[in-house]
Amino acid sequence: MLEIKNLVVQIEDNRILNGLNLTVNDGEVAAIMGPNGSGKSTLSYVIAGKEDYEVLDGEILLDGQNVLEMAADERAAAGIFLAFQYPLEIPGVGTMTFLKACLNAQRKARGEAELSTPDFIRAVNTAADKLEINKEMLKRALNVGFSGGEKKRMEILQMALLQPKFCVLDETDSGLDIDALRIVSEGVNALRAQGRSFLVITHYQRLLNHIVPDTVHVMSKGQIVKTGGKELALELEASGYAEYRTSEAA
Amino acid sequence: MPAVQETIDRVRSIDLDQYKYGFETVIEMEKSEKGLSEDVVRFISAKKNEPEWMLEWRLDAYKRWLTMKEPEWARVEYDRVDYNNIYYYAAPKRKGPESLDEIDPEILKTYEKLGIPLREVEVLEGIAPERRVAVDAVFDSVSVATTFRKELEKAGVIFMPISEAIREYPDLVKKYLGSVVPVTDNFFATLNSAVFSDGSFVYIPPGVRCPMELSTYFRINERDTGQFERTLIIADKGSYVSYLEGCTAPKRDDNQLHAAVVELVALEDAEIKYSTVQNWYPGDNEGKGGIYNFVTKRGDCRGARSKISWTQVETGSAITWKYPSCILRGDDSRGEFYSIAVSNGMQQVDSGTKMIHLGKNTTSRIISKGISAGRSQNTYRGLVSAHKKAKGARNFTNCDSLLIGDQCGAHTVPYIESKNASAVFEHEATTSKISEDQKFYCLQRGLSEEEATALIVNGFVRDVLQQLPMEFAVEAQKLISISLEGSVG
Amino acid sequence: MADVTNLRSPAEAGLSKLFESARKGFASEQAISREEAFRFFEATGLPSRRVEAFKYTDLRAAITEAAPPAEAPSEDAARAAVAGTTGFNAVEAVRLTFVNGHLVASLSDLDRVPEGVTVTPLNEALAQGDARLKLLAPVEQVRENPIYQLNTAFLADGALISVAPGAKPQTPIHLRFVGTGEAAFSTATRVLVDVGAEAEFFLLESHEGPSGLTYQPNDALDVRIGAEAAFRHTRLNREGDAAVALSTLSVRLDARAQLETVNLVTGAKLSRHQIYLHIAGEDANAVVNGATLLGHGQLADSTLLADHAATGGVGREMFKTVIDGDSTGVFQGKIIVRQVAQQTDGKMKSDCLLLTDDGQMMNKPELEIFADDVACGHGATCGAPDEDLLFYLMARGLPRATAESLLVQAFVGEAVETVTHEGAREVLIGGIEAWLKARG
Repeated sequence: MLEIKNLVVQIEDNRILNGLNLTVNDGEVAAIMGPNGSGKSTLSYVIAGKEDYEVLDGEILLDGQNVLEMAADERAAAGIFLAFQYPLEIPGVGTMTFLKACLNAQRKARGEAELSTPDFIRAVNTAADKLEINKEMLKRALNVGFSGGEKKRMEILQMALLQPKFCVLDETDSGLDIDALRIVSEGVNALRAQGRSFLVITHYQRLLNHIVPDTVHVMSKGQIVKTGGKELALELEASGYAEYRTSEAA
Repeated sequence: MPAVQETIDRVRSIDLDQYKYGFETVIEMEKSEKGLSEDVVRFISAKKNEPEWMLEWRLDAYKRWLTMKEPEWARVEYDRVDYNNIYYYAAPKRKGPESLDEIDPEILKTYEKLGIPLREVEVLEGIAPERRVAVDAVFDSVSVATTFRKELEKAGVIFMPISEAIREYPDLVKKYLGSVVPVTDNFFATLNSAVFSDGSFVYIPPGVRCPMELSTYFRINERDTGQFERTLIIADKGSYVSYLEGCTAPKRDDNQLHAAVVELVALEDAEIKYSTVQNWYPGDNEGKGGIYNFVTKRGDCRGARSKISWTQVETGSAITWKYPSCILRGDDSRGEFYSIAVSNGMQQVDSGTKMIHLGKNTTSRIISKGISAGRSQNTYRGLVSAHKKAKGARNFTNCDSLLIGDQCGAHTVPYIESKNASAVFEHEATTSKISEDQKFYCLQRGLSEEEATALIVNGFVRDVLQQLPMEFAVEAQKLISISLEGSVG
Repeated sequence: MADVTNLRSPAEAGLSKLFESARKGFASEQAISREEAFRFFEATGLPSRRVEAFKYTDLRAAITEAAPPAEAPSEDAARAAVAGTTGFNAVEAVRLTFVNGHLVASLSDLDRVPEGVTVTPLNEALAQGDARLKLLAPVEQVRENPIYQLNTAFLADGALISVAPGAKPQTPIHLRFVGTGEAAFSTATRVLVDVGAEAEFFLLESHEGPSGLTYQPNDALDVRIGAEAAFRHTRLNREGDAAVALSTLSVRLDARAQLETVNLVTGAKLSRHQIYLHIAGEDANAVVNGATLLGHGQLADSTLLADHAATGGVGREMFKTVIDGDSTGVFQGKIIVRQVAQQTDGKMKSDCLLLTDDGQMMNKPELEIFADDVACGHGATCGAPDEDLLFYLMARGLPRATAESLLVQAFVGEAVETVTHEGAREVLIGGIEAWLKARG
């Protein structure tokens, strides 16, 4: 599914990723854990194609195709979805308007027909019900005035609607209470269908109790330094990140 | 957006030739002699078969105009108009149509091309009956067709070219013409008073809710002509009317002058809603050609509890100089101004409003959204004042500007004058760019850069679009996207 | 002037006459071009309300007679005048005392100037052709201002203050301006402060004068803040109740320079304080606040121009005006962001409390933006004290007047509480309390 080879990235002369290698197979849920400042969020932005980052070396292959040459919207159409750590508020833009515009833009890019309005509304309502999203929320401007938990649920709603191949969850558990965490996790688990892969970026192990990963990678100083099964997350929980933390990465 | 070279290049390459109303209609015209003189004023008045009092009124205005100077305080730069090198009157030769069948087919075709149906049958077929719009079509200096007149007459509503109203309802015209915008109000209004050739007249009798939306569609066609229309709308006690105005002109290399005057009078408990989608030809990329839009629009909330609301979407014209205003004379009256001004290419906009609070407990609300792109300059200029007797006056103003690209300018010049303690004024203004983070978020969800920008811009102007009648809002939204095409990078 | 012939007012004719007689006394100075300044002024005259920048403050109408430039006072008169001042006297400072616009050495601490700081009387600097004189008028736009031109033309005294790079004197310098006399007079002073790179400097400025005397002070303060230096300035206008007080502060900020200036106005019949900022270096930071409390017949005008000409500048401008009686408050503020000044963050706010129906407030906050990557905004509010708040306080047992005072204090306090220098801050807060007490 996704293969990252020797990725070197800097921002304003600061080297953030130092030759990172990572493979996520079809249908695999991979977790990336690591101390603050290890480059986890940078990795998620670089995969999604944020412009501020300078890629000095390496490749990111999605099903064998290098996505680094593609613009962010092209990557989205190719099936990459990033659930933001801090979803953006867009005043004046209705949530439904936004969802429909995104869905149809992606369908168009893939040469598919636009979804009819009744089908679209049905799809949104189905997804919203599963995520316990109030219909009133859908009538408001995108993320404006939403609580932290509501914003995260809205991210998962978009994921469900857009049906991406490869999903990056960036610190999706931050700011969630236990109920919201359960709802969001159930939403993600429902999407672990055949062929869909996930990269779950998190600082804490608790999210991984709900979204159980197939593999766990530990990131430090812009590299994957250790890889293991789900038990690795529990080890980290017990021992902490001390051995991975360095003064420059802190 | 920070200035990346690509953005700058793309902005430079904006093609304003996308103006799709730039065609010209070839038709035989009758014109006054070039330039302005007492004789030309007499000629116009005679063409219109005007009564003596009207001619005197015009001549008086002309004499005053000779002593006046063109205003220079607005933030616009342009080559001054040579007032002796334009035609003040141009009318299609075939005239006086009794029915639509007598209108020159070329003109009918023109309006068809512009998407303005003049045949009532077509209107009825095209749009659901409850959204019918009566149209007065003004082609250069004259009104060529007014639809739905019979049906409006049944309700007692008068909707006709002002040239006819001067003959048929002289008392109404005499009483109200120049009562909101005095003859000597300003240079352009005075010029208009001397030479106006046509425009719309509306009178809504007491207690009548106008059964349909009224609309005037202005078209400048002839070369070297100025358009000077005059609109007068009177809403008598307890009445209501919604009025729409649209404008286009052919593409030409030289500048053309449009100096209109619009006067609104709302008596007790009456309400006037006036919406404009202004799409005059803006000139080309290099600022060549385009309409000089020097317009005086003012509403007088003369009666208690009356309400006047201006909504404007400004995307056209090379130079825009207009300040639709409200005089809040009646106690508890209300004025509103909702504006979207989009400028691109070399356009210059200096627009805003005045809310003059004279009566007790008068309220006003100003929402202005300016969007500058290309190498344009976009200025909001406004005045809010509360006089001593305007106890309990309230104003809320919000002016937001958005800049797209770093070659343009956005300016805000508000005057806020409070002369009594019980008046409460709140004013806020912001200037910003489209947030890169918002844009990236949209891109990540699969929208293209232009789609993302259009989406965010539409969110930015939403408060104002909501004020427009439905089909106008859709048109305005499209217009904004077209105006900004090519401005993102 | 083009084709407009201004009928000269008696005051304008008077000023021309005064200039003609005064010019004989001026030394032939290269550094300041009085002649040029006066010719410019003469061409436009005293600005009336027809001049956009003076729309709300009609100097042509306010100044009906040209007051002659004040002579240097006698030692005794100066001493008596200073004895009647309070200003920042309670704050430990090195004082420079100006009586009727003339520096009085015997009442100044010229010998106690802190290390790293030099103070040169203006007349000495002019006589010696001091090189620093070319640093005067550090902001381009100020040179076209008629008030500043008058100041240049009639400039009588002042000082040049230099703060050495890296110097951080803890004791502030206090410019103590005092007016005294029986007959109308005018003054024209100019103080230049040149703050070297990475230096830190506090300046206090107080203006006091007699009641009932129609004197016309015109004071200018020119400041250059070097890279990474900080200049903090607290000003007090407690001029006499018949004074027409004009003042100009112009500041040029270099890279990462910091400015803090706070002005409290309770005095003068008419005052206009003009502030010109030129953000010349990147990432500079300016805090400009004003607190104005006016009573019967007063007019106070705060006019601000913040010109951002470098990237990353931060401007925070807050003006609070309280209007009592039939007084008039004026705020004109303009933020210019030039195309090069990307990432400018400018916020300007003017709030007014109208305590009576006879007062008025004129607000004109402007933005002129040519850069796209900016976050700029302004706000203006105007209204009576919040009735709900008043009611809440009264329900807790406060009399209405006390409740109102409390609200006014909270309202104005916001503009002065940011003053870094504790002693100076206390003086301003004391000034607000004194105004409220006098109001009763």
